[in-house]
Amino acid sequence: MQISANYQALAYLVSAILFIFALKGLTHPATARRGNYYGMAGMALAIVATLLGAEVQSYGFIIAGVAAGAVIGAVLASKVKMTAMPQLVAALHSFVGMAAVLVAIGTYINRAAAGTLNPVLMTELAVGIVIGAITFSGSVIAFGKLQGIISGKPVIFKGQHLLNALMGVVIVAFGVHFGMTESVVSLALMTLLAFVLGFTLIIPIGGADMPVIISMLNSYSGWAAAATGFTLQNNLLIIVGALVGFSGAILSYIMCRAMNRSIINVVFGGFGSDSSGGASSAAALAVEKGVRSASVEDAIYWMEDANKVIIIPGYGMAVAQAQHALKEFMELLLARGVEVKFAIHPVAGRMPGHMNVLLAEADIPYDHVLEMDEINPEFPTADVALVVGANDVTNPAAKTDPSSPIHGMPILDVSKAKQIYVIKRSMNPGYAGVDNLLYYQDNCSLIFGDAKAVCEGLAGALKGGGH
Amino acid sequence: MPDTLVALYVFVLACFIGYYVIWGVTPSLHTPLVSLTNAISGIIIVGALLVTGLEEASAAAGVMGFFAVLLASINVFGGFLVTNRMLAMFKKKK
Repeated sequence: MQISANYQALAYLVSAILFIFALKGLTHPATARRGNYYGMAGMALAIVATLLGAEVQSYGFIIAGVAAGAVIGAVLASKVKMTAMPQLVAALHSFVGMAAVLVAIGTYINRAAAGTLNPVLMTELAVGIVIGAITFSGSVIAFGKLQGIISGKPVIFKGQHLLNALMGVVIVAFGVHFGMTESVVSLALMTLLAFVLGFTLIIPIGGADMPVIISMLNSYSGWAAAATGFTLQNNLLIIVGALVGFSGAILSYIMCRAMNRSIINVVFGGFGSDSSGGASSAAALAVEKGVRSASVEDAIYWMEDANKVIIIPGYGMAVAQAQHALKEFMELLLARGVEVKFAIHPVAGRMPGHMNVLLAEADIPYDHVLEMDEINPEFPTADVALVVGANDVTNPAAKTDPSSPIHGMPILDVSKAKQIYVIKRSMNPGYAGVDNLLYYQDNCSLIFGDAKAVCEGLAGALKGGGH
Repeated sequence: MPDTLVALYVFVLACFIGYYVIWGVTPSLHTPLVSLTNAISGIIIVGALLVTGLEEASAAAGVMGFFAVLLASINVFGGFLVTNRMLAMFKKKK
């Protein structure tokens, strides 16, 4: 069976509409799964329509590629831990980037053999290859940093930005030369340099800025697909590329706004290293610094008869895998008639919405989980705020201290709760390297320890505690 | 109107659709949004199929195409399945 180009174009239109409905479904958790099914339907339709078109005549490589890809994809999707979602996403971004490069080069080979190259096409090919290559190597670096293969610390050296700018100029020069002369050497050098540029663009960015980087690479992968659409004159690719590109761009904007930093600052900043260190002398250091440390029992005393407890999870919760213990603790509080809510800062975790997924994984209903703007007015009425592995996003210095590096960053108003408990491994400052003023408030106490162990302790004390 | 210009029209209008649809996405679903866009950017598979399936495609183009199909399929299957797995976890209060 074969369909005409017109029917194929109509099928692509339906497929594009299905993708729009897929994204629209994510407006609310209740409609989101249906949206995902729309997406699957759109993809299936697009693939079938392409295979039935006149251009596709040989199927050997296609069947092999799809079969292998399906198996690998299904295994990845079913095995990945929810804490490792950022890595999976980074890996998938790199695949889109590489696929875009391969499609562009393959198109070049086919068109050169058929003698149908022209300057417009070659310009589009060059753009597609460059975006794809940067997406690929940038995502590989992001993956390495998230997975801990490469240090999460920003790698900064002198003349870095100048070097990047220079490479950018040379890439454009090779691209123009390729467009004018069909020189394969220029094409190869341009591609190679674009891979290097993706690497040098992402390497200076610290682990804690990953939510922005993930969003940015998400955006690039969309633009890579759109550029491929231009080279193949395929409107479906252009539409989907634009949707994905904008999705990533908007997420980058939201993440930057939540840190009160410009995208330029994030990309060129080399800000945000991962802090780590032992908890050994934590308590001693705490006393020295004039903060109060508390035991699990102290915290339970305040929480067991509270009216409202707000829990603020951060990346520390993800690292310690404390979400399941938190869920048990929440159940016990709810059983005692305590109102429990979770407060999520937009940049908590290593990718947009990371905390929400981890809490959902632990079976915490999404109506208990609130975003910053919804929860902030509720802090003054909370009896206890329990901070689990979050730091900078709770620091009142962002509001009160104009000299603080994080001044102006929107924060969760944890400091307004009646009593505050912070579960912390050590007195190390957060990624911004700023001391958290919250810890010196009279109504704030720190519970030192691993987030998971402390949460299990809280739950245990509540279960056993007959006081 | 030249084809490239038509493509530009489509592109710009699609950007507007993207802008309005994405702002409607609830922040709690931003991770599934990223993985779903991962999956649908696997649409690059269409380009990969066109390169690979060409009857007179050379061996070099065939190999390029094969790897492109492979990578794009990982995105399509991995992206949709992991999104589905995540969304299944989002539950309302019983």
